Amino acid sequence: MTVLNVNGQQHRIDVDPRTPLLYVLRNELKLNAAKFGCGLGQCGACTVLVDHEPVFSCILPISVLEGRYIRTVEGLGNEGRPGPVQSAFIEEQAAQCGYCIPGMMMRAQGLLEHNASPSDAQIRDAMAPNLCRCGTQMRILRAVRRAAKAMMADAGTIQETAK
Amino acid sequence: MNAMPPLTRRLLLTTGGALVVSFALLPKLAALAQNVPKLPGDLDKTPMLDSWIAIDAQGRITVFAGKAELGQGIKTALIQCAAEEIEVDPAGITLITADTERTPNEGYTAGSHSMQDCGTAILNAAAQVRGILIELAATRLNLPAEQLKATQGTVVANDGRSVRYGELLTGQDLHRPAHPTSPLKDPKNFVVIGKPMQRVDIPGKLTGKPAYVQDMRPNGMLQARVVRPPSYGARLTQLDAGAVESMPGVVKVVRDGSFLAVAAQGEFQAIDAMEALSALAKWEQGPVLPEQATIYDTIRQLPSNDSTILDKGTPGQQGAHTMRATYHRPYQLHGSIGPSCALAIFEADKLTVWTHSQGVYPLRNALADMLHMPQQQVHCIHVEGSGCYGHNAADDVAADAALIARALPGRPIRVQWMREDEHGWEPFGPAMISQAAASLDADGKLIDWQYDVWSNTHSTRPEGPAGNLLAARYLAQPFAQPAPKPIPQPEGGGDRNAIPIYTVPNARVISHFIPQMPLRVSALRALGAYHNVFSIESFMDELAHAAGADPVEFRLRHLDDSRAHDVVTMAAKEFGWQPDAKLPRGHGRGFAFARYKNLAAYCALALELEVEHETGAVKLGRIVVAVDSGQAVNHDGIRNQIEGAIVQSASWTLYEEVTFGRDGITSRDWSSFPMMRFPAAPESIEVHVIDRPGEKFLGTGEAGQGPAAAAIANAIADATGARLRELPLTAARIKAAIGI
Amino acid sequence: MVWRVLLTVVVVIGVAFGAFYAWAWNSEIPPTNAPATLFDPGIVAKGAQLAAVGNCGICHTQAGAKPYAGGFPVQTPFGTIYGTNITPDPDTGIGSWSETAFRRALHEGVDRTGNHLYPAFPYDHFTHATDSDIGALYAFLMTREPVAKANRAPAVPFPLNVRLFAAGWKLLFLHKGQIPPDASKSAEWNRGAYLAESLGHCGACHTPRNVLGGEKRDGQFAGGQSEGWLAPALNAASPAPVSWTAEQVYAYLRNGFAKQHGLAAGPMQPVVRNLKKASDADLRAIATYVASFAGLQNDADREQETQKALDFARSRDSKVPMPPSGAITTSTRADAKPGRTNNDSAAPSGAVIFVGACASCHHSGGELPVSRPIELGLSTPVNAPDPAALLRIVLDGIHPSSGERGPIMPGFSGALTDPQITALVSHVRSQFSRQPAWPNIAAALTKVRQNKEPATEAP
Repeated sequence: MTVLNVNGQQHRIDVDPRTPLLYVLRNELKLNAAKFGCGLGQCGACTVLVDHEPVFSCILPISVLEGRYIRTVEGLGNEGRPGPVQSAFIEEQAAQCGYCIPGMMMRAQGLLEHNASPSDAQIRDAMAPNLCRCGTQMRILRAVRRAAKAMMADAGTIQETAK
Repeated sequence: MNAMPPLTRRLLLTTGGALVVSFALLPKLAALAQNVPKLPGDLDKTPMLDSWIAIDAQGRITVFAGKAELGQGIKTALIQCAAEEIEVDPAGITLITADTERTPNEGYTAGSHSMQDCGTAILNAAAQVRGILIELAATRLNLPAEQLKATQGTVVANDGRSVRYGELLTGQDLHRPAHPTSPLKDPKNFVVIGKPMQRVDIPGKLTGKPAYVQDMRPNGMLQARVVRPPSYGARLTQLDAGAVESMPGVVKVVRDGSFLAVAAQGEFQAIDAMEALSALAKWEQGPVLPEQATIYDTIRQLPSNDSTILDKGTPGQQGAHTMRATYHRPYQLHGSIGPSCALAIFEADKLTVWTHSQGVYPLRNALADMLHMPQQQVHCIHVEGSGCYGHNAADDVAADAALIARALPGRPIRVQWMREDEHGWEPFGPAMISQAAASLDADGKLIDWQYDVWSNTHSTRPEGPAGNLLAARYLAQPFAQPAPKPIPQPEGGGDRNAIPIYTVPNARVISHFIPQMPLRVSALRALGAYHNVFSIESFMDELAHAAGADPVEFRLRHLDDSRAHDVVTMAAKEFGWQPDAKLPRGHGRGFAFARYKNLAAYCALALELEVEHETGAVKLGRIVVAVDSGQAVNHDGIRNQIEGAIVQSASWTLYEEVTFGRDGITSRDWSSFPMMRFPAAPESIEVHVIDRPGEKFLGTGEAGQGPAAAAIANAIADATGARLRELPLTAARIKAAIGI
Repeated sequence: MVWRVLLTVVVVIGVAFGAFYAWAWNSEIPPTNAPATLFDPGIVAKGAQLAAVGNCGICHTQAGAKPYAGGFPVQTPFGTIYGTNITPDPDTGIGSWSETAFRRALHEGVDRTGNHLYPAFPYDHFTHATDSDIGALYAFLMTREPVAKANRAPAVPFPLNVRLFAAGWKLLFLHKGQIPPDASKSAEWNRGAYLAESLGHCGACHTPRNVLGGEKRDGQFAGGQSEGWLAPALNAASPAPVSWTAEQVYAYLRNGFAKQHGLAAGPMQPVVRNLKKASDADLRAIATYVASFAGLQNDADREQETQKALDFARSRDSKVPMPPSGAITTSTRADAKPGRTNNDSAAPSGAVIFVGACASCHHSGGELPVSRPIELGLSTPVNAPDPAALLRIVLDGIHPSSGERGPIMPGFSGALTDPQITALVSHVRSQFSRQPAWPNIAAALTKVRQNKEPATEAP
């Protein structure tokens, strides 16, 4: 039995501990966002955050995840109250088929938590592990920049309120 | 009330039980249709209005479309069309797509036909339904129709009385054939079409709502994987699956001839079992593949069926200047980011398949053929997958799922292809060769044009016979792959866009259709247009150079279509294209233009790039595009599709080719088939949409592929003086061309 | 009396120092203007190939910046020295250097103005290059795109930053002139020796150095280090389970991959990328030379050893057998009760981590497709005396250049915790190597994390 903390909730998972996190997220926990793209750590469609680091959930066995903080797109917000990264992607209409976008959003979230105002080159480098076949890269970059601005503004607001 | 016509019809259940919607193809009507002018769009194939639109007693509107959402935003655009003409808020419309028991048969969602065929049908059907509602209201309120207005789901009279749509309809009011003409709104009055509307499917996809076939999880579902042969035509000669059958979670190993699969409870268990099965299976190798190094020679030497698709004037004129060039394009991959997936269940003699196939009806027919079942017993429902960009493995995985479902009746079976399966077994975009020759007169005007193109078929889609389904060819009683047929002009397959849009008094174009397929091929976004536009637009630049003319002006010199003029001029203007501009060392700019199929959307592109001299690496700079799609329903949707087409085409053009050895395909994942990543993406892409209110919808999804490729080649030539004609234009090739 | 002795000592030291200073002093060579059009294209082409063998581009190019324009940080035990701008820019590059000045730099480690260069620029190797080859290199560099980019001052502490110390170093370790060919060896071997020892400067990484930073003459190719990586021994002490043949070294240098060894990682990745421009003949020659150090000269012995290594590697199954159901725990401790979680973090077994994280690419067996890496049992980092290389690879992964075909291995730096990486690496060692266990992987991991290497990828 492995206990996983996903989006702040504890789950007891009774599967082979060698099972990669992606399959547990999708099948045991029925979370749709993280996707199977290659199973080889090459495309990033499965990207989630573990302890604030973007990781390929397709090659991370759940045995290494006890006591660690796992976040998926479902933890960023929902349709009624999307988080800042989700809002930015929706406002920029940064999706065509949309299959790669959850992975993109988690990687972007990870980037912005480490670096609140990345340069264009830094965004491109940070997002490089994630592939988009539809060619939505330009919008994704705009969405990340927009999210960065929004999150800075939020942080500013919180600071103002706190004063 | 008229009696229902006595023929096969299918009933659709609605909620609330107010209105039975049915559609039927009546032989009487079909006979009438022969004497009646064509109906707009796909209404022509499915003329009954209630096949397309249903309104329940509460006034909720359901629209049925035979086309599918592939990520191109079609759902949203169709909702806009319907909402505009029916006069309701888009939020009041539910769109059902591509279901063999609910929607019209619109063939494939392909070829950029969705707006032209389905959009047009829905636009007109909706307008005609609005007309019917007003008619009914006129009767109900005893007023002339001119005093009535449809608005916001209600018909309102000048005297203030009103009646809601739901109250107006009873029984068979919408069960009537469409008219050839419709009371379409004046585009000046549009409030939805051409106005910004966010895509209806994006929020759900970005917040974890189930959206793809991969997200389906019915009770009792089993996870399955297929063990594919090592290469084309290999035969399974030996297998002792006992050890695999007793692995944890394994429910069944399915074998039929050389089709081998395993179903298990858990997904990782299925993958484990697949790998174990793969280690145990013994195969007899199929025929060897040709050498990749000499593949173009191999293709040229295969027998071909040649047809002259353009013969104008007296081709063969010699002018002041004659040029020749040959261009090559390798096999290229769809490479859908999510490998193909399908869900199937076989219950009580009926097979239901949830699939991201582009054509649920043709797939239904092929599955029925493969399983020797009547077509009505097979139900195919489109559920989105990841972007497919043409005929990828969607139909094949549906066939896999159907075969396994038949072996495990009553259990929903989910088959997910692995990355290596998709890369190795999907039908590729065919390798192509083109040869261009042209003559200019002393004034630099084209007087002669000859173009030849060699290509396999660009369509091996499953239609009736099962032989185009991959698994069907490996069964114990295999189906043979049907002989491929060319797609006739004006659409074309390998010869799509082979006829130049430029005005040349003497011209001949010959399409060499090669039936024999060394590698598995089918439709990849833009089909032959990618290579033909790459060739023609590269050649136009070479000719412009020979004529001492500016590339933009040279094209305008030969374009008679004013809409073509407009996109070319706009792209050049927005880019800031100056003749004889001098760019810094290593920088170049390129221009290209095409009208997709010479009858769909117009697209012109100008771009700037930099070539790193030491490595030949290309850094894409600013890209500026102008596009004319006729009446623009969703501007942002058009921009999104064009941006995507350009980035995708840039990746094909700079990096991509399928690699193979004698023993099989060797490009099996993203490490062996690299594609563009973020650091290499262009600096920026600006898309300018020229709106043409009232004009026909023009298919746009594939319009950017060809121009992007040619503009890149032209810019590389501008930057380095080296003209490359063999795709992909890799850094190694560029470096070899520019020398030390 | 004492005064006289002291005076004598001072005078002797003074004279010695004066002699040394006079010896060490170099004149400025006047600036010159050598237009690119003067160079024969054939010679420029030859220079390009030699620059590929010398891998000038790596140390003289900063990641993301223009080629040969300098800025790359070369880490040495004595501080960081930044590769200089060797584009033909007259003000910030070598545009005003005559061929004489250029040759002096390579042969003697002195720049145009007469300053001594730090031996981070391996002139102890380049000194063996022929005048004609240097002339070709000069022609190549003078025809590159000039880039105005000022050089960055070295970060070397006092007193080592006094250039005269470099002169002292040269006195001890710079042995000028051509290396005489070995008549008992083939022409190809001699060509390889010339290339490897002069421009190739392989020993600069692959030979151990003494405390003063000079290569140990009796330790040729016994292993060294570069940019935080350990460059493995290329001689009989090579940790590779299979002996390198000339064919394999050639394949490695040409394609970045050798069938029974694996692929180029770390600093060798950009080296191999640059070697694409080197000629086949030159690479084969270098391969012949390097392979001659491998130790086992006897073909029969080598085959036997190779077969043993292959058999061992192929026999190591990557999958951990499934424990009986109901007894799945994440702990390997004997007192762990089945079904109960163990939050007190006994790290999950390395074997279990391997199956979930690594086996999808690194498992053996089956007809699965072609992009699989070689068996781990044949890998040099797995069999090396030090876990640093394997740790680096696990942390950072392996990434090809943009658009290039090449293996992609994701890094696990953020995904696995340090105890998990330690367990994983320990498992890999015990499962796939016949060498003894590494004594303190955790400490090695901490050290590796601290030595963050600079990016070596050219744009």
